Amino acid sequence: MTTVAVKPATMAQALTRALRDAMAADPSVHVMGEDVGTLGGVFRITDGLAKEFGEDRCTDTPLAEAGILGAAVGMAMYGLRPVVEMQFDAFAYPSFEQLVSHVARMRNRTRGKMPLPITIRVPYGGGIGGVEHHSDSSEAYYMATPGLHVVTPATVPDAYGLLRAAIASDDPVVFLEPKRLYWSKDVWNPDEPQSVEPIGRAVVRRSGRSATLITYGPSVPVCLEAAEAARAEGWDLEVVDLRSLVPFDDETVCASVRRTGRAVVVHESGGFGGPGGEIAARVTERCFHHLEAPVLRVAGFDIPYPPPMLERHHLPGVDRILDAVARLQWEAES
Amino acid sequence: MTVMEQRGAYRPSPPPAWQPRTDPTPLLPDAAPYRVLGTETAGKADPELLRRLYAQLVIGRRYNAQATALTKQGRLAVYPSSTGQEACEVAAALVLEDRDWLFPSYRDTLAAVVRGVDPVEALTLLRGDWHTGYDPYAHRVAPLCTPLATQLPHAVGLAHAARLKGDDVVALAIVGDGGTSEGDFHEALNFAAVWQAPVVFLVQNNGFAISVPLAKQTAAPSLAHKAVGYGMPGRLVDGNDAAAVHEVLTDAVRHARAGGGPTLVEAVTYRLEAHTNADDDKRYRADSEVDAWRDHDPIALLERELTERGWLDEAGVRAAREDAEALAADLRARLNQDPELDPMDLFDHVYAEPTPQLREQQALLRAELAAGQEGEL
Ligand SMILES: Cc1ncc(C[n+]2csc(CCOP(=O)(O)OP(=O)(O)O)c2C)c(N)n1
Repeated sequence: MTTVAVKPATMAQALTRALRDAMAADPSVHVMGEDVGTLGGVFRITDGLAKEFGEDRCTDTPLAEAGILGAAVGMAMYGLRPVVEMQFDAFAYPSFEQLVSHVARMRNRTRGKMPLPITIRVPYGGGIGGVEHHSDSSEAYYMATPGLHVVTPATVPDAYGLLRAAIASDDPVVFLEPKRLYWSKDVWNPDEPQSVEPIGRAVVRRSGRSATLITYGPSVPVCLEAAEAARAEGWDLEVVDLRSLVPFDDETVCASVRRTGRAVVVHESGGFGGPGGEIAARVTERCFHHLEAPVLRVAGFDIPYPPPMLERHHLPGVDRILDAVARLQWEAES
Repeated sequence: MTVMEQRGAYRPSPPPAWQPRTDPTPLLPDAAPYRVLGTETAGKADPELLRRLYAQLVIGRRYNAQATALTKQGRLAVYPSSTGQEACEVAAALVLEDRDWLFPSYRDTLAAVVRGVDPVEALTLLRGDWHTGYDPYAHRVAPLCTPLATQLPHAVGLAHAARLKGDDVVALAIVGDGGTSEGDFHEALNFAAVWQAPVVFLVQNNGFAISVPLAKQTAAPSLAHKAVGYGMPGRLVDGNDAAAVHEVLTDAVRHARAGGGPTLVEAVTYRLEAHTNADDDKRYRADSEVDAWRDHDPIALLERELTERGWLDEAGVRAAREDAEALAADLRARLNQDPELDPMDLFDHVYAEPTPQLREQQALLRAELAAGQEGEL
């Protein structure tokens, strides 16, 4: 038996590799955005692509998000597969008109004649000490717009697999990259054939019997840590990583909640009008008779994202999750 | 009759209603950036003004150096330096009257400081203790603006409102070369020209939007040329020539105050340091290019002019440097202290009155803090 030396890789590396493989496999894949060429993007996700595939396939655009996404619409109309990079969450907002009025509904407007296979990569979320406008969690806006897929990886292999799937999708995909996980490492061998995850499937990251933590993106590692910490108190928590917010995997989530009877939804965007409300409602509708307690939410506060020196008070951490678990009115396990 | 015969008979004439709305000629910018230093015009300048510009440039350079050093020591989250661009920053602040307004971008802390904002308060956003560290009404400086070009329509609206109220207030808004590609830039210029709003748009063309050079940003002959399409004058000026920037902006402010409407000023300058401490400028530009611009340093240009004309002596140079050191020492002392922050503030200014939901969340955080635990990363 031979042991393969497996190097740890970062999520950023997996994303770069996914872009490269997609461009190599399909000449219609074009990457564009601000600083994606020579610089390789401010997070270096597009590093080397302009050199390898030329500036026509990895293009530094003028600084205009509405223009970037609007041009991507036209490119997609003509048969290309644009992958656009929005530099930061809050800087994608100028492109909302194009996203909401055109990208999301072109298939529907044209009765299926003009699908738009566009991937919109958005680094999102906090925890990196960014100043104002660099830490928004904008997933609720995207989720509320019919016609968009919304996915977000939490692990290195998923970053690769989901990005490949997003680019291959014939529908527009908002690909949310949890920026504080860019440098997180995982055992991932880039030399092995990689699997491409179909969009729309959640995964149980850790199984347990006492309650389910339903989460995604940057909050997945926090929930796993909370689950470890909970063991000391005799709680055996299951952690479900949604991976895809739209479409939503009711099956995996509800199967878990039916097993455990209790659920907490965890995310760092605001709770009011946030993703957790939708998720809690779905779970309640489908699992009411299995629930031993109301579905709780642990979310960021309902405030504009705070300055870096205060963000630790805002982001849901292990303690806040454990408090919620305690509020599920625990009964002694038999 | 064949088509060709018809064509021969056709006499092109303009449609009856058409006439040019504006004569473009007086709106066109100079062919080369306007300069004062090193030319004969400099002899007619006011020595007192030039000395004032000089003193502020020296302070500005030191301020940039100190803020950069504090960033390396972890005292600021990020600092976008305006080293090399001080002439634009200083002139922008000095041409305004007290009642006027300045609309800065994230790079323009120095302009805010020269206008009178406390240097530490001007850095609050970049230090990370709050989003805006100063009262915008105290010196009529809008909050430093991070999303690009979004401050420009604000400047137009404020100037317009002032005029509607009968006040002779001018708004000066600063934007980078990259920011001119945003839709908000276009919309702001168009509104300003249609409304004849008393606004001055100052584009600091420092060559790059992070890594993207101007040639990939625009195909226009110059950014100042963009003015013509909106029906406002465009001016092109050497952004490292403090006297020239001051003169051009003074003209533009006077024009606006007199009811003449907006002006677009493009100041050609250079960013001598990386975009921020998080940026690696070696990836997109050569040292030789940076060095060429170091030879066109705004402080050296003005110092040479002043000393050659005998308008500045050693004592004057020393005094400027001492003032700059004093400012730097004050900055160091105050920024080396940890700011005292109350997490309860998070909930205070979301609405005039906190919602019941925010009160609940505040109570939760208060309880967590009292229990000695808090949301960790
Ligand atoms: C709407 C928006 N998109 C992207 C960014 C990210 N960003 C910050 S600074 C910058 C470059 C700006 O270049 P320029 O306008 O020339 O100003 P400079 O930094 O050179 O002063 C970019 C792309 C942003 N702040 N806002």
